[in-house]
Order: sequence, then structure tokens, then C-alpha cells
Amino acid sequence: MNYLTLSITLIFVLIPFVLSKTLKLELGKDIIIATTRSIIQLLAVGYLLQYVFEVKHPIFILAMISLMIGAATQNARRKGVSIKGITWKLILTFTTIELLTQGILLGLAITPATPQYIIPISGMIIGNSMVLSILFLNRFTDEISDKEDQIELYLSLGATPKQAIHRHLITSIKASTIPTIENQKTIGLVQLPGMMSGQIIAGAAPVQAVQFQLLIIFLLLTTAVVTSIILGFLSYPTLFNDRMQLTDQNN
Amino acid sequence: MNKKAIICNHVSYQKNSEQILTDISGEIIKGNITTFVGPSGAGKTTFFKLLNGLLSPSEGSINIDGKPIESYSPIDLRRTVGIALQEATMTNATVRENLMLPYQLSNRTFNDKIANHLINQVGLSNDVLSKQTNDLSGGQRQKLSIARTLANQPKILLLDEITSSLDRLSQTGIETLIKNINTEYGTTILWITHNLQQAIDVGHDTWVMVNGQVIEKGPSELLENPKTELVREFVKGVHK
Ligand SMILES: Nc1ncnc2c1ncn2[C@@H]1O[C@H](COP(=O)(O)OP(=O)(O)OP(=O)(O)O)[C@@H](O)[C@H]1O
Ligand SMILES: [Mg+2]
Repeated sequence: MNYLTLSITLIFVLIPFVLSKTLKLELGKDIIIATTRSIIQLLAVGYLLQYVFEVKHPIFILAMISLMIGAATQNARRKGVSIKGITWKLILTFTTIELLTQGILLGLAITPATPQYIIPISGMIIGNSMVLSILFLNRFTDEISDKEDQIELYLSLGATPKQAIHRHLITSIKASTIPTIENQKTIGLVQLPGMMSGQIIAGAAPVQAVQFQLLIIFLLLTTAVVTSIILGFLSYPTLFNDRMQLTDQNN
Repeated sequence: MNKKAIICNHVSYQKNSEQILTDISGEIIKGNITTFVGPSGAGKTTFFKLLNGLLSPSEGSINIDGKPIESYSPIDLRRTVGIALQEATMTNATVRENLMLPYQLSNRTFNDKIANHLINQVGLSNDVLSKQTNDLSGGQRQKLSIARTLANQPKILLLDEITSSLDRLSQTGIETLIKNINTEYGTTILWITHNLQQAIDVGHDTWVMVNGQVIEKGPSELLENPKTELVREFVKGVHK
């Protein structure tokens, strides 16, 4: 595709824009913002990636991954403001999951150690880890305020914070990972995964695209489960003070 | 001289800058049954949570069995000063599993013999053990809650009676139960009750709380002849 054909694709922006105007959906402003942002952001990333791929210096790869972790943390921390130190807990979670997955991928030579592989895969891992963190934090904070009386009962009988929270932590970890697992059960039946579609369009053999997609699916399973577990075990202690009392969630 | 189970010195408690308990001082005599009465929202439950360590006072000091409350580890404190919570909160499981909870939490063995003993002790029969707690009556829940707290063999027992009034039969049941625990194990009992006649009949002492303060305290008979206008009003209100 060249820039001329790309400009023609703006037809697909025009359609909803015109419809919004005629039906007074008042989506016009948001459509323009969304379109402008996606053009600028993606082009910027495109040029940046091209540069990083050409230079091949590890420092650039590290910088890009740090950027991803920073952005993911920024996004997810809003859901966990009631948890003390949530920022560094998220950074630690994303870093661990990144090191774990890339460690296995590169260590066992499953994927080549080139920026072409490392960066997009990291993006998928960290992006999914971010979504999982948000799901987990939502679920966990709801569960705690819902089941405060249960936690209090356990504490009143002489439970440690870990004993008091255990059941609720497990429930939240499970609930937040279920969508990932459920999604994967129907994958490919209705909609081809985006990355696989991209590879096929770019000319890869479908079976090879599938193999690669499978790798990603398995990676995302690990990402989902490990993210929730790490974040859960990092988060729960901050719900209690040193006298093993539930600290106020609203503060 | 009577031994003191609990000594409070100028205890206050605030939450979110709201004053909930104000300047509470007093002593609870070891081996006695002391009732706590007062209108809804007086702070009775909050006071009990301070004694059991679920909350800590904002000001003042509490002594339990001769030692400052902070010198206990939270876990030891909560087992020494057991509480049966007002809502008689149950885990969503059977009666037996609820009785097992204190044993699980402290890694002690639990068996049918213990289960039977605990449940009979509070006047319930063995066949409730397999029931789901959701199927219990208010009175049964309360007794189960007490039995579960007794599993930790507390020296001091805090009973926060459920507010929704129990039927006459359940009330008498709890009354007998409290007397029995007190005489059999010498447990010091603090009991929040909404029935003043019961407070007079069963309790040795009583503390009357209104609006976060202890207005009067002393032998239970004071409820028959209150000194202060506030307590007179409260007593009249209950008997209406
Ligand atoms: N979790 C809480 N958050 C904020 N305020 C609370 C909380 N629990 C209790 N309070 C306030 O503290 C005060 C004392 O409540 P507490 O439950 O101790 O009273 P009580 O004497 O036990 O009442 P009742 O007889 O209805 O059980 C009340 O004004 C109540 O609104
Ligand atoms: Mg209460």
C-alpha cells in the first residue's frame, strides 16, 4: 500500500462521520480525535520500529519495552489507587512477566533474538498483562468490599491476613483469568486472530501463521495466570495494617 | 480484691474524623458477666471490636488481663478475647465446617467428637452439624457463632447479640447458655443485650452506653433505678 491508497481508506472514516452527522449521533468529534490519534500514534510507532530494526542496538529494544511497561502501568494504576504502592507493584508484575516469557522464548530459541520478534511479542504480552491487571484489580477491590464481613470473621477468630484473604484472592485470580481461557476456546471459529490475519495478508502460509498464533495463545495463557497471581500476592498485604486490621478501602 | 479482666483508660475512637467513642474509662471484673446496653448507634459494637483488636483506639489505653493490649500479638489477643460478632457471620458452608474454622486457622485437629461437644455445649443437637448455615434460625445462628468462638477457649468472651429480636424461647436459651459458660469455665463475659430484664437477671454488672459514651456503670440493678436522665429515658424507651 502506498500513501495514495492509504488516503483512499479514509472513506471508512467518512462513512461513520457522515452517518453520525445525519442521524445526530454526535460521534463526529470523537471520530475525528480517534482517527487523528491513530494516524499519528501508529505512524510514529512505525517509523520508530523501522529505526530500531535497522540499528538493532539492544538499548533501543530495552527502551521500547520500558516505554510499553510505563504506558501499561499508567493505564492500569487508575484501577488500583486504593492499593498502596500500586505503581511499583504493576511495574514489577509487567517486568516479571516480560522477563519470564522472553526468557523462555529466547532461552529455548523458540523465537529469534531480533527486534522484529522481541518487540511485537513484548507488546502483546505487556498489553494483555495490562488488561489482566485491570480485570484483576476491579474484581479484587469489589470482592474485598463485598466480603468485608467474611474477612472480619476470619480475623476475629485469629486468622492471619493471608488466611483471611486467601479464598477471596483465589476467587479474584480465577475470575480475572477466565475470560482469556474462554476466549481461546472459540478462537478461529468466528474471527481469525488479528495477528494471524495480518501474517496471511502479508503472504505467509496459513499453517505457519497458525503455528505462530498458537505460540501467542499459549503465551497469553501464561501471561493471564501469572499476572493475576503476582499482582494478587503483591497487593493483598497492603489491605492490612501491622495490627492485622483491615485498613479502610476508601482512604 | 477483685481481679480485673479489662481496664480502659480514657479510650476514644474516631473514624474518618467522626467521633464514635469518647473517653471511656472503667474496669471489667474477672469472672463476671457484664452487660452492655444502650440505643442503636451508641458504639457498643465498636467498643467490643477495640477489645478484640479488630480496631485500635485512637486515644487512651486498654489493659487485658494485666497486660497492655498492644503487648499481645493480634492473633493471641483475638483468641484470648473471643468475639461472637453481631451479625453472626457464617461462611457459606455447613455448621460443621463453620465449627472447624478456628481449628483450621490454628492448625489444630478437628473431629466428630469435638464437633459434637461444641454444638451440644451451646444447646444444639448433633443433627444440625450437617445443615447449611443458611437454613438455621436466628437463634441457632447466634448459638453456632458462640460455639465457634468458644472453640478458641477464650478467657474473655464478647457476645454481640444480633439486633433483630429473637423469639422468647431463643432468648431464654442464650441466657442459660451464658450462665453455663460463665460458671463452667469461669469465662469473663461481656454481653451486648437488648433485653434489660435479661441484663438485670443474668448480668452482675452493666454499662449503659449512649452516643459513644458510658453514661452509667455498676451493678445491674442500676437499670431499675437510673441516676441520670439520659439512662432513665433509655430505660423507659425500651420498656415501652
Ligand atoms: N464501618 C463504619 N463506618 C463508619 N461509621 C460506622 C461504622 N460502623 C459503625 N459506625 C458508626 O459508629 C457508631 C457506633 O456504631 P456501633 O455499631 O458501634 O453501635 P451499636 O451500639 O453497636 O449499635 P446497634 O445497637 O445498632 O448494634 C454509629 O454512629 C455508626 O454510624
Ligand atoms: Mg452493634
